[in-house]
Amino acid sequence: MGTEIAIEGLTKSFGNQLIWKDVTLTLPAGEISVMLGPSGTGKSVLLKTLIGLLKPDEGHIWIEGTDIANCKEKELYEIRKLFGVLFQDGAMFGSMDLYDNVAFPLREHTKKSESEIRNIVMDKMELVGLLGAENKLPGEISGGMRKRAGLARALVLEPEILLVDEPDSGLDPVRTAYLNQLFIDLNAQIDATFLIVTHDINSCRTVPDNIGLLYHKHLAMFGPREMLLSSEEPVVAQFLNAQRVGPIGMSEEKDADELEAEKNIKMPPLPPIPLQITTSNGRPRRAAREPGAWCRENGVTPPPGSFGENVSTAPGAGAEVSA
Amino acid sequence: MLDVGVALFKRPFQLREFLQQAWFIVTVTIVPTALVSIPFGAVIALQIGGLLKQFGAQSFSGSASVLAVVREAGPIATALLIAGAAGSAIAADFGARKIREELDAMMVLGIDPIQRLVVPRVLACMMIAVFLNGLVTIVGVAGGYVFNVVLQGGTPGAYIASFTALAQLPDMYQGMIKALIFGFIAAIVAAYKGMNAKGGPKGVGDAVNEAVVITFVLLFIVNFFISALYLQLVPPKGM
Repeated sequence: MGTEIAIEGLTKSFGNQLIWKDVTLTLPAGEISVMLGPSGTGKSVLLKTLIGLLKPDEGHIWIEGTDIANCKEKELYEIRKLFGVLFQDGAMFGSMDLYDNVAFPLREHTKKSESEIRNIVMDKMELVGLLGAENKLPGEISGGMRKRAGLARALVLEPEILLVDEPDSGLDPVRTAYLNQLFIDLNAQIDATFLIVTHDINSCRTVPDNIGLLYHKHLAMFGPREMLLSSEEPVVAQFLNAQRVGPIGMSEEKDADELEAEKNIKMPPLPPIPLQITTSNGRPRRAAREPGAWCRENGVTPPPGSFGENVSTAPGAGAEVSA
Repeated sequence: MLDVGVALFKRPFQLREFLQQAWFIVTVTIVPTALVSIPFGAVIALQIGGLLKQFGAQSFSGSASVLAVVREAGPIATALLIAGAAGSAIAADFGARKIREELDAMMVLGIDPIQRLVVPRVLACMMIAVFLNGLVTIVGVAGGYVFNVVLQGGTPGAYIASFTALAQLPDMYQGMIKALIFGFIAAIVAAYKGMNAKGGPKGVGDAVNEAVVITFVLLFIVNFFISALYLQLVPPKGM
């Protein structure tokens, strides 16, 4: 059973450089949420704040009645046992081989015997497709393998919350697709609350139950997948469809001249909403909803062709601008 | 530093890590220590030998040499090696772990790196510093003996017999306490600098550099104060 994370009025700055201000959102228990945003908008900072590695300037993060933004070090170490975290580069311990890396949390936090540990570790290694590589050192394997090993390590303590930092950076499209499927299957299996930080639009259109978008030092929007994918809000529509027309420029925000220049160019129509990935073994996922349910309940007409079997997930379709 | 003080007494104690680190520090320091302490003893023997000869107090050269080695040269040579060899290795290790996000990962797994990594290293450094101090003392005195007897024509019997003329047991304790404190300072500074490395691989290099320089300066200052205090507190042996 997953755990809800409630974030209230979170603000963070480094020195006098504001990262984001007044971020308020609730990650529903047991659902998969994706946090998006242009590079440098503090997505990773948000992730690190959620696990208490960074202290926010203001605001609260409530997990099971504890405010991690303002609690004691000791409570923080307790609450962190609920978390599994996958860092961008896997963050494997360089001095240990993969087996010891994955076994590390078990050896430190549980009194399990070595044979029990072996079973769990091998189980997780198989899950991420790394059987046979247990005795390699992190320095000897590719970035993608490190990432998968990091995922195995994040899973051994059966976390209630799984935080994932850019699972798809540096992975090939096939492995990314497998990893996305793995997230869905895992969510069905362990019912944990997932937060994935990414800027891969294919993943974000098909994997999550909820999407959030960080832009220009604030949370532009957070809500169910269909709400964001059918949104006409310029920032959201631009980012989720990988287009150049819109308020986001090469360096953060476009200036007035650039916006003036594209005043007459209309945003291309929204592409159809693809179906959400389902579990590979047909096992029902608690958080999964019927396609189009949100749109119907809220009286929103989804873009034509939505929820069809063959909706293309390639980003940027029809994004060409004739200026 | 306060965190380390608190974590020192926190259970479970990481015995395995402590032993591994102690062994690691021994391997990086023992040979340089032996090599440094021979010339150290020899130089003292040469200087003092020459000086005492002019006074006609050659029979005291053994005693003076022991006094200098036990009280100052031992702890100082230990300090140099602990800071230079062990401290730099610790700072580099922590720096690399920091920039690879290993320390973050450890904290996220609910493990306090101060208790898990820093405390065993600090204790190992302190213990090995005391051992090294003993080694420097022995090798230094032996080196002094060789130089005094072989090169300066001193008498072996006089060198050894005069050992206890000026030196006394508290000198020995003082040297050991110094070494203990030096080991503590070197490990703490190295760990602190390493854990706060930032800015990629260059940051690690900077952290190691700063750690070694700061430790050197601190150790020499602390050495001065302990020596001054010791001379005030413990009366010199009467003759």
